Amino acid sequence: MDLKEVNLSAPHSMGTTIIGVTYNGGVVLGADSRTSTGVYVANRASDKITQLTDNVYVCRSGSAADSQIVSDYVRYFLHQHTIQLGQPATVKVAANLVRLIAYNNKNMLQTGLIVGGWDKYEGGKIYGIPLGGTIIEQPFAIGGSGSSYLYGFFDQAWKEGMTKDEAEQLVVKAVSLAIARDGASGGVVRTVIINSEGVTRNFYPGDKLPLWHEELEPQNSLLDILNTSSPEPMNI
Amino acid sequence: MSSIGTGYDLSVTTFSPDGRVFQIEYAAKAVDNSGTVIGIKCKDGIVMGVEKLIASKMMLPGSNRRIHSVHRHSGMAVAGLAADGRQIVARAKSEATNYESVYGEPIPVKELADRVASYVHLCTLYWWLRPFGCGVILGGYDRDGPQLYMVEPSGVSYRYFGAAIGKGRQAAKTIYGVHDEAKDKDFELEMSWVCDESNRQHQKVPDELLQEAKAAAKAALEEMDAD
Repeated sequence: MDLKEVNLSAPHSMGTTIIGVTYNGGVVLGADSRTSTGVYVANRASDKITQLTDNVYVCRSGSAADSQIVSDYVRYFLHQHTIQLGQPATVKVAANLVRLIAYNNKNMLQTGLIVGGWDKYEGGKIYGIPLGGTIIEQPFAIGGSGSSYLYGFFDQAWKEGMTKDEAEQLVVKAVSLAIARDGASGGVVRTVIINSEGVTRNFYPGDKLPLWHEELEPQNSLLDILNTSSPEPMNI
Repeated sequence: MSSIGTGYDLSVTTFSPDGRVFQIEYAAKAVDNSGTVIGIKCKDGIVMGVEKLIASKMMLPGSNRRIHSVHRHSGMAVAGLAADGRQIVARAKSEATNYESVYGEPIPVKELADRVASYVHLCTLYWWLRPFGCGVILGGYDRDGPQLYMVEPSGVSYRYFGAAIGKGRQAAKTIYGVHDEAKDKDFELEMSWVCDESNRQHQKVPDELLQEAKAAAKAALEEMDAD
C-alpha cells in the first residue's frame, strides 16, 4: 500500500456490519463501531444504532453523513406524528418515512438502513431499507459491507421464535464474525433490545467477544509447526 | 326559538355580544332541516343509515347517494346541503390517500375525523368563505376497532356510540320511529356498514339483509301502533 496516494480526507463512511433480528417478544439490533475515512479509522467506538422514537431504532450503514441526516429528518417527522396521533408511532410508519426519504433522494444518498422496534399492534418488527429505497419487512435483516460474510451463517443459524438471550447471542456472534473478516468493520459490538418492557442497550468490548480460528498461537520453528496436530474445526 | 341576531349575523367573522357566531348556528339549521342520518357503533362494526326524502317521483331510486366511502375502511353519511357534502367527502378522500402515501398505513379513523373537522372549521374563520351547510357522520374500522364520529358545521367533532342528525334526530335518540308520515313525503332508505362480516371494508348493506331489516322494522312499527 503506497502511503503517498492514500486519501486521508475521504468522506466518513461506515463500512459497517449491521443486523436486526426479531425474536419471540421483540427485536434485537446490533452493529459494529468502526467509522472510516479511507483507511483511517476516524471513530473506533461509534454508535450506529440511533433512536427514532421511544420504541423504534435504526441501524445506519454507508455514508455517515447521509445516514445521520435521514435519521434526523425521520425523528423530526415522527415526533410530530406522535403528537398528532396521541400515541407512539408504529414501526411500520417509521420505516415508511425512512424509505420515502431514501427513495425520493436516491440519486444523492448512499446509505443502507435497518429499522427495528416494537409497537402494541404488531409486536417486534424489522424493516430492511437498502440502497435504492426499497422497503422489505423481514424476520431478520443484515446490512453493511460486513454482511456479505454473514449470509451463509444466518441461513444456518437463524431460527423462528428464539428467546431474547438466544437472539442477542446470535447477533453478537454474527457481528464478531463479520468484524473478523471485514476490514471496514471493527471495534466493539453494540446491541439494542426493544420489547414491550422498553429498551436495553448493551456493549461488548473486544475482550468479551468470541475468538475465531484465525487467532493462532505464534509459531517460531518449522519443526514445531510440522509436529503439531491439525486445529479443531470451527463449531457453530 | 332562537333569537334574531340582528346586525351580528351578517358575517361569520362577527361575534354577537353574548358570544355566539350566528352564521354557524344558521348553517346548523340547514342540517336540522334535512333528512335524518343515523350512525350506530356496535362491538364488531358500524352501521349508518340515511332517510332520503324523495323530492320527485321521477327520480330514479338509488340516485342521490348520501353515503360515500372515504377509504376502504371508512365511510361518511352526509346531512344538509348535498353539494357542500360532496366537497367534504372529496376532501376526506384526499386526506385519507395522502396519509397513506406518507405514513404507509390506512388513516386511523380518529385522525381522519380530526382532519375533516379542521377543514370544516377552516371555513368558519374567513369572511370570504361561508360555513359548510352540512353535518357528517363518519364511521370506520381501524386497528383500534370500530369508531363513529360526527362533525358539525361549526367544526366540532366528537366520538359517539350512536349519533343522529337531521329532522328526526330527537326521535332517533329516543329510539322510536323517526319518519314522520304526516309531514314528510315518501322516502328511500340507504344503509351502509363496516364490520367484521364485511371484512372491515365499508360497503352498502347487502340487499337481502336490507330487506330483512326493513320488514322487521315495519313489523315492529305496526306492533307499536297496535298498542
